[in-house]
Amino acid sequence: MTLSREVAVIGIGQTKFGEIWHKSFREIGIEAGLRAIQDAGIESSKVDSIYIGNMSAGLFLDQEHVASMIAEEVGLTKDSVPATRVEAADASGGLAFRQAILDISSGMSDIVVVGGAEKMSDVTSQIATYFTAAGADQSWESLFGATIPSLYALMARKHMHDFGTTREQLGLVSVKNHRNGSLNPDAQFQKEITLEQVLKAGPVSTPLGVFDCAPISDGAAAIVLAELDLARELCTNPIKVSGTGQGSDSLSIANRTELTGLKATRAASKRAYEMAGINPSEISVAEVHDSCTIGEIMAIEDLGFFEKGDGGPATERGDTSLEGIISINTSGGLKARGHPLGATGIAQINEIVLQLRGMAGKRQVKDPLYGLAQNVGGTGGTVIVHILEAI
Amino acid sequence: MAVARYWRQQEQRYSLAGSKCAICNGSFFPKRTICPTCHRRSIGKMEKFLFSGKGKVVTYTIVHDPIISYADQSPYVLAVIALEEGDLVLGQIVDCDPRIVDIDLDVEMVFRRLSAEGASGTIQYGFKFRLMDVGSS
Repeated sequence: MTLSREVAVIGIGQTKFGEIWHKSFREIGIEAGLRAIQDAGIESSKVDSIYIGNMSAGLFLDQEHVASMIAEEVGLTKDSVPATRVEAADASGGLAFRQAILDISSGMSDIVVVGGAEKMSDVTSQIATYFTAAGADQSWESLFGATIPSLYALMARKHMHDFGTTREQLGLVSVKNHRNGSLNPDAQFQKEITLEQVLKAGPVSTPLGVFDCAPISDGAAAIVLAELDLARELCTNPIKVSGTGQGSDSLSIANRTELTGLKATRAASKRAYEMAGINPSEISVAEVHDSCTIGEIMAIEDLGFFEKGDGGPATERGDTSLEGIISINTSGGLKARGHPLGATGIAQINEIVLQLRGMAGKRQVKDPLYGLAQNVGGTGGTVIVHILEAI
Repeated sequence: MAVARYWRQQEQRYSLAGSKCAICNGSFFPKRTICPTCHRRSIGKMEKFLFSGKGKVVTYTIVHDPIISYADQSPYVLAVIALEEGDLVLGQIVDCDPRIVDIDLDVEMVFRRLSAEGASGTIQYGFKFRLMDVGSS
């Protein structure tokens, strides 16, 4: 599969992630969007279409129809610019990015703004856990007491049993991501932690503890995309979208053929690698979906960076650190950067763009050519993979 | 969960009633309208199938940070069970010290209260599992 017209990122922007008590969903959405427009250096009147990735403003804020709301706030309803909200649980951002690419590739639009936003801290953490579990199967998982972390915990236990992955190796994912987050001024947690702290933290769902699970976050991120030739005219450092892939699997984990990896990640990444015409070994930097630490271990295996079962040992060897063979979650990942559900997929792309531009500051990896982002909905019912290229 | 939404699935929740495809003999829980192997040929040929309720623990977790409707039962054991007919199902393991649950142990289905909709709301019942080689308490 190829895109009929090639597409590039020409602008990125985001809010700081965290508990943003003093700002509303509207305000963080606008803040990220305007920063992206400013970064692209275009007039907003040039925007042909808008996509918004959002998991559940309906549950969290009693507000649906948020695409129209954001379009109005950024002043684009005057010209009736099409605005579409996209939902695939916490893969909503990645999926919105993909829809924006397909829109430009189809020839329907030349310049598209895609945003992702979630406001989770207006409800208690217990209610946020309940709402987030709507990304799993309500009838056959949540009704029996399953939360998203508990479903990942089931996969973690099986991975430990089948491959000898250790509790410490899971914990080291969190230690690394907190270290990376300490170098990211937009991260929710900018503080390093020790393995001992991870292991001593209270249990969430065994074997996973508090430091194995992404926090409850508010945040928004946005991107401006343009057709590639136009992108070259509009800016000096466009980042090309070389591959896009999407895969699905059953909503509930009990209906899957395996519990130690995500089939949808393998399908989505195979499609993205084929489109880009590259192998996993050519990727230098990747943002993966560590909503729980086991998610990163499975991702780096399913994406082909390491053999099945070597994800834990690779993390322990330091192969995934900033100085490693392939730097994973340089932003801090979902764990330390924060995980405002619908914003995550867009924030992942933003980090890869920063790295490929060579503008990631203290967490910059050396001369990356290709970067990858993997965004998972729920426990793997939807997976979106994108490959970006410095040109 | 709304009463009607729960009531519609009562048979499946009370007795592990799934489906069997009359063409390929594949069994499914929860029940399906279409067999993912036989596709449209299976339409109208999916039959009700009762699982025995016996199986083995594939993986498990002790949930300490519960979903809100189960807050009064925390910590509780959640597991993926491989039913003897070959299908996987998610459910709780009850009637034992959570610390003795392990992979590959034999379990059987039991009928239990799931959760209640508040203090005066509807009580929902359905299947859970218990270990077979320890007595119920």
